[in-house]
Amino acid sequence: MPNVADEVARFPLAKEEAVPRISVIVDGVRHEHDIESRLLLVHYLRDHARKVGTVVGCDTSNCGACTVLLDGQSVKSCSVLAVQADGGEVTTIEGLTADNGSLHPVQQAFHECHALQCGYCTPGMVIAAVDLLANNPDPTEQEIRAGLEGNLCRCTGYQNIVRAVQVAAKASADAAPAQEEVPA
Amino acid sequence: MSTVAEGRVAEVGQARPRREDAHLLTGRTQWTDNITLPGMLHLAILRSPVAHATITKVDVSGARERPGVVAAFSGGELAAEWGSLPMAWTVSEDQKTPPHFPLAADKVRFVGDGLAVVAATSREAAVDALEAIDFDLDQLPAVVDMEAAMAEGSALVHDDIPANRCFTWQESHGDYAAAHERADVVLKRRFINQRLIPSAIEPRSVVVEPTPATNEYTMWSSTQVPHFVQIFISLTAGVPQSSLRVIAPDVGGGFGSKLDVYAEEAIGVVLAKKLGVPVKWTETRSENCQVTIHGRDLIQDVEITAMRDGTVLGLKVDLITNMGAYLQLLTPCIPLLGRYMYPGIYKFEAHDLSCTGVFTNKTPTDAYRGAGRPEATYVIERIMDELANELGMEPLDLRRKNWIERDEFPYTTVAGLEYDSGDYEKATARATELLGYDDLRREQQARRDRNDPVQIGIGVSTYTEMCGLAPSRWLGREGYIAGGWEAATVRVLPLGKVEVVTGTSPHGQGHETTFAQVAADALGVPYDDVVVVHGDTRTAPLGLDTYGSRSLVVGGMAIVKACEKIVEKAQALAAHQLEVDVRDVEFAAGRFSVLGSAEQGKSIQELAFASFVAHDLPAGADPILTADAVMDPDTFSVPHGTHLAHVEVDTETGKVDLKQYVAVDDIGKVVNPLVVDGQIHGGVAQGVSQALFEEAVYDDDGNLTSGTFVDYLLPTSADLPSFTTDRTETPSTTNPLGVKGVGETGTIASTPAIVNAVVDALRPLGVNDVPMPCSPMHVWQAIRAAKGEPR
Amino acid sequence: MIPVEFDYVRAGSVDEAVSTLRERGEDAKVLGGGQSLIPILRLRLAYPDVLVDVSRIDEMRGVREDGDRLVIGAATTHDEVLRDPLVRTHCPVIAEVTQTVADPAVRHRGTFGGSIAHADPAGDLPALALALDASMEIAGSGGRRTVSASEFFVDYLQTAIQPAEVLVSVSVPKLGAGWGHRYEKFHRVAHAWALVGVVAAVRRSDGSIDEARIGLVNMGPTPIRARAVEQALTGASSAAAVSDAAGSAAEAASPSSDLHASAEFRSHLARVLTKRAVVAAAGL
Repeated sequence: MPNVADEVARFPLAKEEAVPRISVIVDGVRHEHDIESRLLLVHYLRDHARKVGTVVGCDTSNCGACTVLLDGQSVKSCSVLAVQADGGEVTTIEGLTADNGSLHPVQQAFHECHALQCGYCTPGMVIAAVDLLANNPDPTEQEIRAGLEGNLCRCTGYQNIVRAVQVAAKASADAAPAQEEVPA
Repeated sequence: MSTVAEGRVAEVGQARPRREDAHLLTGRTQWTDNITLPGMLHLAILRSPVAHATITKVDVSGARERPGVVAAFSGGELAAEWGSLPMAWTVSEDQKTPPHFPLAADKVRFVGDGLAVVAATSREAAVDALEAIDFDLDQLPAVVDMEAAMAEGSALVHDDIPANRCFTWQESHGDYAAAHERADVVLKRRFINQRLIPSAIEPRSVVVEPTPATNEYTMWSSTQVPHFVQIFISLTAGVPQSSLRVIAPDVGGGFGSKLDVYAEEAIGVVLAKKLGVPVKWTETRSENCQVTIHGRDLIQDVEITAMRDGTVLGLKVDLITNMGAYLQLLTPCIPLLGRYMYPGIYKFEAHDLSCTGVFTNKTPTDAYRGAGRPEATYVIERIMDELANELGMEPLDLRRKNWIERDEFPYTTVAGLEYDSGDYEKATARATELLGYDDLRREQQARRDRNDPVQIGIGVSTYTEMCGLAPSRWLGREGYIAGGWEAATVRVLPLGKVEVVTGTSPHGQGHETTFAQVAADALGVPYDDVVVVHGDTRTAPLGLDTYGSRSLVVGGMAIVKACEKIVEKAQALAAHQLEVDVRDVEFAAGRFSVLGSAEQGKSIQELAFASFVAHDLPAGADPILTADAVMDPDTFSVPHGTHLAHVEVDTETGKVDLKQYVAVDDIGKVVNPLVVDGQIHGGVAQGVSQALFEEAVYDDDGNLTSGTFVDYLLPTSADLPSFTTDRTETPSTTNPLGVKGVGETGTIASTPAIVNAVVDALRPLGVNDVPMPCSPMHVWQAIRAAKGEPR
Repeated sequence: MIPVEFDYVRAGSVDEAVSTLRERGEDAKVLGGGQSLIPILRLRLAYPDVLVDVSRIDEMRGVREDGDRLVIGAATTHDEVLRDPLVRTHCPVIAEVTQTVADPAVRHRGTFGGSIAHADPAGDLPALALALDASMEIAGSGGRRTVSASEFFVDYLQTAIQPAEVLVSVSVPKLGAGWGHRYEKFHRVAHAWALVGVVAAVRRSDGSIDEARIGLVNMGPTPIRARAVEQALTGASSAAAVSDAAGSAAEAASPSSDLHASAEFRSHLARVLTKRAVVAAAGL
C-alpha cells in the first residue's frame, strides 16, 4: 500500500518549467497566479480564485452553466483558457450582488418569478440574462428566448426564466428615471 | 419570541417565493464538486471504449509513475474490497440478477464500464494518468437490439443468463379473450418509448472523507437518496452503517438519475479507506451520458378491442424492456410501477399485460421522471387516439364515452387500483376552453381543405397517474426490499423557532419553503419561524428520500402527523398551566385558549419555553416540545388532468412547431402555486422533449453516438413556447391536506399529447404513427411511407 | 474534461505568429476565439504541442472598406461582425448568417476567420464565404498570398492554409443595393449545428433574377456552391420558377448520414430550403 504523504512528496511541484503568470480581476479583486496553459477559465475561477459559484455542466460548451462576464460580455468560461483572460476583468454570479447584499434586479426577478429550481444552471442563466438586457433593455419574449439559447435548464421549462427577464427589464426601466432624480 | 396574530392567514396556498433561492442565486452554493478538503485526492476512472469484451490485461503501473499520481488500481486489484452494487427490486421468481461490481474485473459489458481508477493530487494529473494505463480487451459481439438479444444464437451479455432474458411476468384482469371475441374493432399498434438520458445539469460528484480516529467516513454525494446510499454503500464497501455519514448538499437536479447507488460512491469509500485521505470524483458530461442511468427504452405491442359505438372492451399489452448491461438499484421494476396505469382513466372489462426484461450491452436503465407511468400512459393515450380515428370519432368524445364519471369515485380500475377522486369532465372542459379547441378544429379543417404545407394538429392527453411511493405493504408484496414510509421530526425550540427534520431529500423541489408552509399551518406559527432540515443522515437519520412524487404526500404528511403530536402535548401542558380541563382548551392559529374565555391562553411558542424549562409540567409529561412521526401511506396519490397540444407540422421539412400547450391538472389542494407551476412547466418540457427532441442512439457496435449535448438534444428556451396552466381542485381523500403528487404529472401527460398532435396533423396524409422523437426526419419518413415511397 | 498539456504563445503580430508556427512544426495550432478548438481539446480529440493565440493581433481585427469589397479581419468576433455598420450596410447577408452562429456567449469569443479556417462543413460561415466568392489572405513565411473561396475549402476540416500559415483576413464583395438575401438554417434545437443550411444572395432587376449565389451548409465534406441552381435561376421571376430551379440543389452535394438526418433527407431539405431561401431573398 503506498504511503500517501511519500507519494505526494515525490512531486513537490507538478511542473518545473516556466508557466504563464496571469493577472485577472475577478469580481473586483485582482488575482495573480502562475497557471498551466491548458487551465480553463472556469477551473481557474473555481480552483484558484475560489469562485465556486460558477459551475461546469458539460464539456462541449452547450449548456452555458459556466457563463461569466469577461470584460463586460458573456462568455462560456469552460471554452476560454484562463491565459486568454489575462489582463481582463471577470464578473461571476458572486460579483453581481451589491456590496450591501442587495440582489441584482435580474437575481431579484428570478427569485420572485420562481425562475430556478435546482439552481445549477442559474449562475450562467442569470449572467446570460444580464448580458441580454445590457444589449436589449426591452426585449420581446421571442428575443429573450433567442437570447438565452446558449443556456440549458432541465427544471423550469424556461417559462419562469423568460418571465423573470421580462420582470427584470421592467424593474430596470422603472428604476432608471428614479435614479436620475437622485442627486450626484 | 414571535406571537401569532388572531385571524392568521393560512400558509398553505400562498405563492411564496422560495427561501432556497437566496444562496442559489448568489453563487454561495454547496455543490459536491465545490468541496475541497486538505490533502484531498482527485479520482479519475478509466472506462471501456468498447461495449463488450473480455479483459485480458489492465496494467496500471504506468499510471502510478506519472507526476502527481498517488495510487492506481485495476478492477481486479480491488475485487476483494467490495461486493456487488445493490439491486433492490426482484419483480419475479425467474429474475436473473447478475453481479455488478464498481469496476469490472473479467468482462466489460457497456461502453463506459469502469476498468481502473487513478488517485492523484490534481484533477489534471488524474486524467492525464489514465492515458498511461496499459490494457487489452478481447472484443466480443455486442448485444445491441432487444429483440435480437432474445433470438436464438444471440451473443450473451452474461454467460449464464440464457437468451439475455432477465425476467418475465404477466397478469390478467377480466376475460380478455371474451372481450376480443365480442369486439367490433380490434386495433393493433407497436409503440416504442425511446431510450433517454436524464441529463440533470449538475453532473454527479462524490467526496469521501475518512476520519481515521473513529474509523468513520463522511460522504457528500450529488444524490436524491442519501439514506439509500448510506445503507447500500455500507453493504457494498464493507463499512458499518453507523460509521458512514452521507450528506446530499445542494443537488443540481435528478429526475431519477440520482435515485441510485453508483459505482463511484463505492469506489470513493474504498479508496478513502485504502489511502486514508479524502477523495473526490466528479463526472464529466460525457461520462454522465455514458454511465449515469438512462431512462425508458421499451417496445410495447398493444391491442385494443372496442365496440363500434366506441365502448372500449379490453386492452392487451406485451412489452419488452431494456435493462442495459446490469441491474442498477431499481432497473427491473420500472414497468411494474406503470402496470396499474394502462387503463388510464377508462372503464373497461379486461386487461392483459406481459413484460419481459432484456439485457443488452448498453448503459443500465432505471427510473427517469415518471418511471413506468409515462410509458403506460403513452400506450393508453396514443391508442385511444388511434381508436378514435378508426371509429371516426372525435378523440375527446371517445374519451368521454369511456372515462370514469365524476360521481363514480372511488373507482377501482380493471387493473385493480382504486382512484379516490377525480373530475375529468371539469378538467377537460377547462382545457378545451383555454385552448379554443373548437375554433382550432375549424382552422385545422381549413388548412386541410387547402392542402396547406403547414398542417395543424391537436393532441389530447387525459392522463392520470399514481404516485406518492408507496405503501410499504404493497412494496413488500411486489418484491421491493425496502419500505415506502417517510419520517419527520418536529421540534419547537425553547426560543420559539421550529425545526422540521424531514427524511426526504430535495434537489430543486423547494421543500425548505413548502414544508415550512405546511408546518407553520399545522402549528399555527409564522412561516419565518420554521426551518426545514434535510439531506444528511446524521441530522436526519430516518428517511427514504425523494422520488416518485412522494415528498409532500408521504413526507409532508409525516410532518403534519408530528405537528399533531406536538399540538396534543402542548394542549395538555396548556390545560395544566391554565388550570382547566384539557377538553376546555381549544387550539387555533397557534394559540391554546380556554373555551369561552379567549383572552386566557398561551401560544405554542410560549409553551415550548415552558416545556423546555420543565418547571411545571403535567404529571408524567416529558419535557421539550418535540415529536417524531412516520407516515406509511395506505394507498397511492392519484392526480389527473387534461393536457392539449397544438402543433404545426411543416409537411415539407418535417419540422414540428409547438404553438400552444394547455395543461389543466388536478393535484388536489395546492401548498404553493408558484412551486407547483414550476413543477408542471418543467415536467411538461421534459415530456415534450421526449416527444420531439431526445434520443440516446447506439450504433451497431454498441457505441453511444449521442454521447454529448452536441448530439443528445435538449431543448433551449428558443425551442419551447410558454405553456398555459390551470388547475381544477378535487381534494384527495387519502390524506389530511387533500394534496396529490405533482412532480411527474407534466412528464407523464405531455409526451402522448404531443405525439397525438403530430399524428393528428398528418392524418390527411395517411400517417397513423410517428416514432419518437418526432424529429423532422422521422416525420418526413412517416409521410413518405404513407405515400408508399421509400423511407 | 481537461485538455492535454500544451504551451501557449500570445503572438503580437502576424509575423510573430508565423515564425512561432514555423519553429514549432506540425503540432502547433492557431488559437483564435477558441470556440471550436477548446471543446475539441477538452474532449482530447486533438493533442497540440503549442497554441499560438492570434486573437490580440491588431491587424487581424475589425472590418474595413477596400473599394468595392469589405475586408474582415480573421480575429474579428462574430458579435463584432454582426454589429459592424459596414457589414450591415454593404453586406447584410453576413450579419444575417452570423446572427445564427451558436449563441450570444459563443459569438462574443468566436471569430469570423476562426470559423472559416476550421472549415466545418456544418458551420454557417464557410458556406457563406463560398457563396460570396470571398478571398482569403493567408500569411506564411514566404509572405502573403490570396486564395479564393473555391480553392480554399479542400476537404473535411481541411483548407488551403498550410501548417505554418495564418488566415489574416477575409475579403468579400459588397452586396448592398439591389441584392436580397436569406439564410435558411435548419436545425433540431436552437443550439445545434445546422442539419442543412442554405445561404442565398440574389440580385434582381425588373422583377427577375439577374444573379444568384447559393451556398449549402452540411451537404458534403466541404461547403458546397449550388452552381446548377444559380444558373437555372437566371431570369426566374416567379416562385414556381425558383422551385423548379431548386430541384437541382443537391446535385453537386455528397451529404453524409448521421443520427439526425440521412443523406436522402439532407438532399430533400437542401431542395426545400433552397427554394425558400431564394424566394425570400428575391422577395417573390
